[in-house]
Formats: sequence, C-alpha cells, structure tokens
Amino acid sequence: MAQAASRNRRLAARIAEHSTGIIASLLFAAPIVWAVLSTFKPAAEARLPPLPPWPTSGFSLENYATLDTFGDGLWVSAQNSIYVSVMTVVLSVIVSVLAGYGFSRFRFPFKDLFFILILSTIMIPFQSILTPIFLVLTKLGLHNTLTGLVGVYVTLQLPFSIFMMRNAFDAVPREIEEAARMDGASNVTMLLKVMLPLVWPGVVTIALFAFLGAWNEFLAALVLMTDQSKFTLPVMMTALQSGRFGAIDWGAVQAGVTVMMVPCLILFLALQRFYIRGLMAGAVK
Amino acid sequence: MTTIATTTTAPPRARKLAGAGRRQWIGLLYVAPAVALVVVFFLIPLGMTAWMSLHNWPLMGEHSYIGLDNYVAILRDTRFWNALKFTAYYTVIVTIAIFAVAFPLALFVERPRPLTNLYRTMFFMPAVVGFASASLLWSWLLNVDSGLFSPAAYDLGLIDKKFNLLATFQPAFWSIIAMVVWKVAGFTMIILMAGLQSIPQDLQEAAIIDGAGPFARFRAITLPLMRRTLALALILSVAGSILAFDQFYIILRGGPRNQTLTAVYWIFNQSFVSFKLGYGAALSMVLLVILVALSLVQLWLLRKPEGLD
Repeated sequence: MAQAASRNRRLAARIAEHSTGIIASLLFAAPIVWAVLSTFKPAAEARLPPLPPWPTSGFSLENYATLDTFGDGLWVSAQNSIYVSVMTVVLSVIVSVLAGYGFSRFRFPFKDLFFILILSTIMIPFQSILTPIFLVLTKLGLHNTLTGLVGVYVTLQLPFSIFMMRNAFDAVPREIEEAARMDGASNVTMLLKVMLPLVWPGVVTIALFAFLGAWNEFLAALVLMTDQSKFTLPVMMTALQSGRFGAIDWGAVQAGVTVMMVPCLILFLALQRFYIRGLMAGAVK
Repeated sequence: MTTIATTTTAPPRARKLAGAGRRQWIGLLYVAPAVALVVVFFLIPLGMTAWMSLHNWPLMGEHSYIGLDNYVAILRDTRFWNALKFTAYYTVIVTIAIFAVAFPLALFVERPRPLTNLYRTMFFMPAVVGFASASLLWSWLLNVDSGLFSPAAYDLGLIDKKFNLLATFQPAFWSIIAMVVWKVAGFTMIILMAGLQSIPQDLQEAAIIDGAGPFARFRAITLPLMRRTLALALILSVAGSILAFDQFYIILRGGPRNQTLTAVYWIFNQSFVSFKLGYGAALSMVLLVILVALSLVQLWLLRKPEGLD
C-alpha cells in the first residue's frame, strides 16, 4: 500500500515536471514557429492576423518572392550579410589564432600591456565610439564599404576570441612543441601542423561567435552603411518594416525574419556543444 | 578560475637557450594584427571621442573648438537626462524580470533527467536569434491589425475592441520587457545553471542530514556559493540593458511620444540624425564615464571570495 502510494506520488511529480517543461518549451518556441509558419501563407492571407499560424488557403512562397522586389532586393542584402559574416569569421579566426599563440608562447616587450589593452575593450562599448569610427573609416577610404564594417566586427570579436585562443594554447603541453622543434619545425609549421589541430575546438567556438555576432549586428550596420546596396539583412528588413517601401507587407517582413533566424538556429543546433563551451569560458573569466 | 590579469608564464627552459631572446621577439609579429585593429578601431576612435567632444563638429564643413560648451549644453539637455532616467528604469525592471524567469528555469534544468537537454535547447533557442530579428518578429506579433496578441484577445472575447499595445507607454514598455525576457532568459539560465552545478552535492546532502529544509538550504548554501555567478549574470544583464537600442528603435521608434528613447538612442539621434557629431561625442563621454564606473563596481562584485584561491 505505502509503496504504491509513493510510486503514485513519484509518477505525479514526474508528470507535473514534464508538463511544466513542455509548456515552457512551447512558450519559448511559439514566436519562432508562429513567424516561420505564417510566411508560407499567400500574400493576401499574410496581411490578416495569424490565426491559425499555418496557411489555410494553400501553401505559397509568395512572401519570399516579393522580398526581392523591395529596393535593391533581399538577395543583395543577403549576399552582403553573408559576405560580412564570412569575412568576419575568417579574419577574426586568423587574427585571434595568431595573437593567442603569440600571447601564450612568447615573451616580448609590452606583452602584458597589449593583452590588457585588447581585453579592456570590452569595458568600453562600441556604441559610444561609433561617430569617430565613422570618421576613421572615411579617412581610410572605407566609408560605406562592407570591408570597413568587417574591420569593426572583427575588432569587436577580439577580446573574447583572443582570450579564448590564448587559454586554448596555454592548455597544450610544452613538450609537444619541444619535440616538434627538435624535429626542426619552424614557428609557422609548428602553429599550422602541430598546434592548430590541438586547439581546433576553440577555433570552432570563436568562429561560431564571430558568425552570430556579425550576422545579427544592427546598430553599426545601420550607422555605417548609408547606401541601400550595402544594407545587411537587419538594416534592410528594418527599412521594409518601417514602411520605407510603401505599405508594410508583414508577410514579407516575416519571410525576411525567417531568412535571418534560420542560419543562426541551424548553426546553434549543430554546434551547441561549442556554443555552450564558449559561454562557459566567457563566464569563468 | 582564471583571471584576465597579468599572469604571464614565461617558458623557463626557452629562456636559457642561446638566441632565444630574438626568437621571443617574434611574438610581437603574431600579436601585431590584433593590436593594429584595436588601435585603429578602438584606441583612435576613443581618443577622437574625447577630442570631438570639445568641438562644434558638423558632418559637412569646418569644425571649431568650443571648449566645454557641449558639456554645459548637456547639463541643460532635459531630453538626454530623461533618456538616461528611462534607461536606468528599463535596466532595473528588465533585469529583475529576466532573473525572475531565468532562476526557476535554471533550477528546473540543472539536474540531468530524461528530456532535460531538450528543454535546455528549447529555452535557449531565442538567445541565438539576433535582437534585430527578434524585434522585427515581435513588432509583427504586437501589431494591432495584422499581429497576434490583440486580434487573438479580441477573437477570444477578452476585449471588445482591438487594443493597440504600442500606442501608450505602459503596455508598450511591458511588451518590450516580455520580448527581451523571451529572448534573454535562456542565456541567463545557462550561466546560472553552471553556477548551480558547481555547488558540491555533498554540501546539500550534509545539510539535509542536519535537517535543513529546502528554503534554508537555498539561503545558506546555494545563494552564498553562487555569488560570483549571480554577479556575472547580473553584470551581463545590466551591461546589455544600458546599451539597449535595437528593440526600442525597431518596435517603438522611441515612441510613444519619445518616452522610450534610451541613452544610446539619443546619442544616435544627435550624431546621425541631427549630425551634431561633437555634441554626440560629448554625450558618449558621459555614457562612457557611467559605464566605466559600473565596470569598476563589477570588478568588485566579481572579486574572489576571501580566504579562497
């Protein structure tokens, strides 16, 4: 009797627990699911409130097709976003791997000063120095160019990714290096052939953060990219949502939001392990 | 715990090698690109902000030195102080709201159980979506005609007339809070969860044997041992909220009636809408001082517990 009662109580507790979990999960997923489902409605239906969220008058990709008709078109902005994000990933990985290796394995003048300088950039947010960044880019002839934006984004990534890479290199035992040096490996071969495979998880983590950071950034892109042909997706979609291209087409806006969200979600789901790792590494610092 | 401080571990053996001195200098080459980027996109702009703040600096035409006039003007700029006040208010409210949701979630997903990983992933998903995407999404959900909330409440008979959530301050403000909590709670949850998991299990068990109830255990063990984690989650939330811009720009355009202009939004308006670059720089300096002061408080909050490593 007593055993059955306690078993029932445990079962009830488990049911309560999982219903809480499932309801909370649905609440968190609902806005995303709602938006994605509603993009498949025909344009006329997409203007109406999304009740129910899924298309009732037939499946359609109209909302995605119309996106390309606003201004320079979605495809141009998407290309800009892809270019900026990929370049930010490539450059911040190269710069951070080099710097992480340098800070971990060499002694040189001003080493501590440089390291603290790079890390201290987190204390001062770029939002407060955007105006002069704008002027610096103009001086460099990078005004209103995607390359200039990439430079800003890479710099934003540096404190986190250099910290991350220095720790990754610090964790590699020196014996491995010394053995390779005995075999006559130069600094560069050592870095590429011996060290890089050992710090690979760190590289994936910083690449992931660089991509998400660049893909989602809004304010700097809004300020620095004045020409419509240079807009990244967030800036382009905000222009559309503000009614800059006539009456607001909510179906198209949600299609754009979906295009912006899906790469982030896929990357996160595929590389979750690395993302959480990065978060934890950032957290213990 | 590693510190970002100055612990440079010099390779002891390399030092003794002949010619090692020159080889060590090569390190400078490795860090040079990073340092160059920080100088060009951080140090120079930072210096320029201070310099520009002492000037009347229009976008076109000559700029002229005006001493501290911009700062004097800030003292009289009630809209800036209102923006600062609003930013502070928003920061306090949203931080409380995020913790109120994230802490229970962290307790919920802390222990491994079937499906816990799935729950964690679901709660975390909105955190990887950008603020701009999330704002665009919610500006649709909140729209009075084509959105979800108002029409749904109307269809359910909860309200007898469609209600525009974004037309007046209170509903608009709380809509933003709801959106930010939805987007950020999963992130804060993961940080708090890491803190919870670092508490030794045997401490809790010993307390149970001593007859401590769940509430007493939470107060005497969980909270004190989580101080640094709590401080970190707090700092991230505060720092993020003080710089809030995207959601207020995209969903509310600073409205209704300019009541939701944040500090960054006001600087953006002055610099890039009115093109008063010098004045914008002076405003930035004020914001900078506030943020650096906060950073110092943060470092104090994150200090190592006394007597421990």
